[in-house]
Amino acid sequence: MTLSPLTQALNRGAIAFILLLAAIGVIVPILNLLVPPSSPFHVSSYYVALFGKYLCYALLALSIDLIWGYCGILSLGHGAFFALGGYAMGMYLMRQIGGRGVYANPILPDFMVFLNWTELPLYWYGFQSFPYAILMVLLVPGVLAFVFGWFAFRSRVTGVYLSIITQALTFALMLAFFRNNFGFGGNNGLTDFKDILGFNVQAQGTRAALFGISAFALLIGYVICRVIVTSKLGMVLVAIRDAETRTRFLGYRVESYKLFVFTLSACMAGVAGALYVPQVGIINPSEFSPANSIEAVIWVAVGGRGTLIGAALGAVVVNYAKTYFTSGFLAPYWLFVLGGLFVAVTLFLPRGIVGTINYWMERRRDKAMPAARPDADSAAAEDGVASAATARPAK
Amino acid sequence: MPPAPCRGLMMRCLRNGFLSFAVMVWVVLLGTSAAQAQDLEKALAGFIADNFADTDSATAAVAKTGSPLAISIIEALQDGRLLFSGEQKQVFLRNRAGAVLDAATGKPAANVPADLSPVRVNNRVRRAIDAALGGLTLLSPDPTRRLDAARAVFKSKDPAALPALLAAIEKETNPTIRQALTEAHAAVVLFQADASEAAKIQAIGVLRQRGDQDALALLSSLPDGTPDGVKRTAQDAAGAIQTNLAMWGGVQNVWYGLSLGSVLLLAAIGLAITFGVMGVINMAHGEMVMLGAYTTFVVQELIRAHNPALFDYSLLIAIPLAFFVAGFVGILIERGVIRFLYGRPLETLLATWGISLILQQAVRTGFGPTNKDVGNPSWMSGAFEVGYITVTYNRLWIIVFTMTVFFLLLALLRFTHLGLEMRAVTQNRAMAASMGIRTSRVDALTFGLGSGIAGLAGVALSQIDNVSPNLGQGYIIDSFMVVVFGGVGNLWGTLVGAFTLGIANKLLEPYAGAVLAKIAILVLIILFIQKRPRGLFALKGRAVEA
Repeated sequence: MTLSPLTQALNRGAIAFILLLAAIGVIVPILNLLVPPSSPFHVSSYYVALFGKYLCYALLALSIDLIWGYCGILSLGHGAFFALGGYAMGMYLMRQIGGRGVYANPILPDFMVFLNWTELPLYWYGFQSFPYAILMVLLVPGVLAFVFGWFAFRSRVTGVYLSIITQALTFALMLAFFRNNFGFGGNNGLTDFKDILGFNVQAQGTRAALFGISAFALLIGYVICRVIVTSKLGMVLVAIRDAETRTRFLGYRVESYKLFVFTLSACMAGVAGALYVPQVGIINPSEFSPANSIEAVIWVAVGGRGTLIGAALGAVVVNYAKTYFTSGFLAPYWLFVLGGLFVAVTLFLPRGIVGTINYWMERRRDKAMPAARPDADSAAAEDGVASAATARPAK
Repeated sequence: MPPAPCRGLMMRCLRNGFLSFAVMVWVVLLGTSAAQAQDLEKALAGFIADNFADTDSATAAVAKTGSPLAISIIEALQDGRLLFSGEQKQVFLRNRAGAVLDAATGKPAANVPADLSPVRVNNRVRRAIDAALGGLTLLSPDPTRRLDAARAVFKSKDPAALPALLAAIEKETNPTIRQALTEAHAAVVLFQADASEAAKIQAIGVLRQRGDQDALALLSSLPDGTPDGVKRTAQDAAGAIQTNLAMWGGVQNVWYGLSLGSVLLLAAIGLAITFGVMGVINMAHGEMVMLGAYTTFVVQELIRAHNPALFDYSLLIAIPLAFFVAGFVGILIERGVIRFLYGRPLETLLATWGISLILQQAVRTGFGPTNKDVGNPSWMSGAFEVGYITVTYNRLWIIVFTMTVFFLLLALLRFTHLGLEMRAVTQNRAMAASMGIRTSRVDALTFGLGSGIAGLAGVALSQIDNVSPNLGQGYIIDSFMVVVFGGVGNLWGTLVGAFTLGIANKLLEPYAGAVLAKIAILVLIILFIQKRPRGLFALKGRAVEA
């Protein structure tokens, strides 16, 4: 009985994705650490770092898909939650530097010494403890999202209005974090990290482990989202997405549902940011820039919103394309590609990659079995969502 | 500057007080040339020793003689052209042409001795030179030099300049310079150790009338040993000046706010009508502004290359062109992308964001990533002063231009057929369509109009901001805030929203700094939208969902 939500959530596609993630999370670090570099099966540290980063992006995309794909909340400021999680982790990593900084101050991070600060600000207290930092990774984005969402949803700010004020939120935070006296390192942000839980952040083993943990976090995030969207709660969310007023008239407290997923999604984004920071070795205010948040939304759109797997896939595909383009002679054209992607996906591929595949498969199944459709409950959850997301066709 | 009547009154007081003394000095200055020549020779002897202390006092002495040669002698000393001969015990100066003159007479020297060497100067002597020149140029026939000299004395507060100052005040006919001289005199008297208390209090009155930061600085840095009565008066005066300055500061901030508000209004107004009519947010709106600015740049480049005489008209030529370029691109976007996305506002938002990236990169590829130089026509450069605030012509013209555009648009909405259709579609799209309005045509034209106005904003912004591919990005979030704050479907809402945000931003800035002010405004809007989710001037309807 207790397992039923899980079994309901995990259909064949979901199980395959979970297994894939688990396999990646275990095998890639092994191939990186234990297989000698001469072997064709060796995965270089470069790719481990690169794809570790992509996994964090995938988790961010997943969190956006949960609210946008299933509840119709288009947040253009989810990068803010990602960055806040990142800053919480960055603060832990800064405190770990201790006396090894350039100014060798055992308490104060270098930038504070540089600014002639004599005492650690109150809000930096406690970050030397890892469990506290992890708590903050969840709590800071979560509380901000809760407060913001409580205000916004209660007064029924919806649609583009909500998108615009989420964008304003991240913009305001960006401006704030750019300030030196805000106490987060100004425009240089937090960097020069030394170690995490006693392991050197730069070491190959640590990086491989972080990769594995990122894959695992993505897996957990996926399972949580999957359980939510296949539960009754998920049904209500889809109802809110498709007809908010009607759902309200049916007696559901729309605000509470929205607030719940929005806050959960912010926490997921925070975790993604926290895993991202030790892998890239820096967090600075440009992570708050509205452009980043919008880019994250396009990952979801490319992969297919309302599919979860698609969001993760879209994040990896788009970011790999970005890395490919911006590292070569094609660099000046990347913005054309990215811009074109925004236009092309919304015009020609409104279901996204995974959504389109699901749609084809559904059509074939309908043709093959025009009569009753089996296991309507679990299949409808995914297929119904995918088709409902695109129920209003382009034309 | 204090108003004219007060100035007259002040002058009268001063004149009565110092008249006799001034006349006396004047007589001394214009005294018989023979006595002057003797004095000059005596003073010049001080240079022969060529030690700094003597040079110092000799400089002051030369200045005191009031001889017409004094300026050239001291200038020569400043430039190292003042020469002396130890053997002949005589001082010469080499003029700028290279000829050697007798310093005492100013005539070419009969026999030039062999052992000429320049009189050396050090920093102390240089100060004496500056003071002496300041005093001497007070009587220069050139009005700008007199004014500069008066201001220099106001800064140096050198008591040595006092006699010259009094003479100059008496002689001066130009009211501006006379005012400057009077203020310089007041500054000197206030800092002179042996001036009478009454004179000092009178001087404070003059400074209080001047009422600017410099006067405030003088009044609050009185030297030790100033009598208590004077100190109290000075404090009162400083307080009055501070209050006055604070008031003017407020006025200045409101003016800046109006200026910022007009820019915001220009950028947001196009966004407001497209959002009002079509319910879509055009994220590429900022790029339409940028296109307008680049159109201005191209027009100016062409004019510079082909017909520089037309440069003053470049903006007038650019205005219609920018409107059509941006409007045309807007219609292309609407026909090519947006019309396929109706009913999906969130997707429209993403697609137009993509378009904005493409446009930015296209301009970056075409024109380069650097800032482009767009010049001000002559009628837009410069500034004038109202009270204590400086009004630059470009800001003033932008406000005028914005209001013109605003009222033209208002008239267009009110009196034209297209305006009627646009208002109908804004209020109820389905009903308008069933009444026979071709909504798709209205959409395209609205989008073109909105984009065209953004192009106009670009022309205006090119005059006050850097023209770069990122130009539009800097304004887009602020424009959204204006639209969200003001509400859609009502241009007055946009007007009120833009000016409120502009002025609030500038009034907060002095207390919180530019960045914090901006953050505060964003937070206030986020809170405001809780109270009025559809903005200040929301369209009233009976639908559950707008």
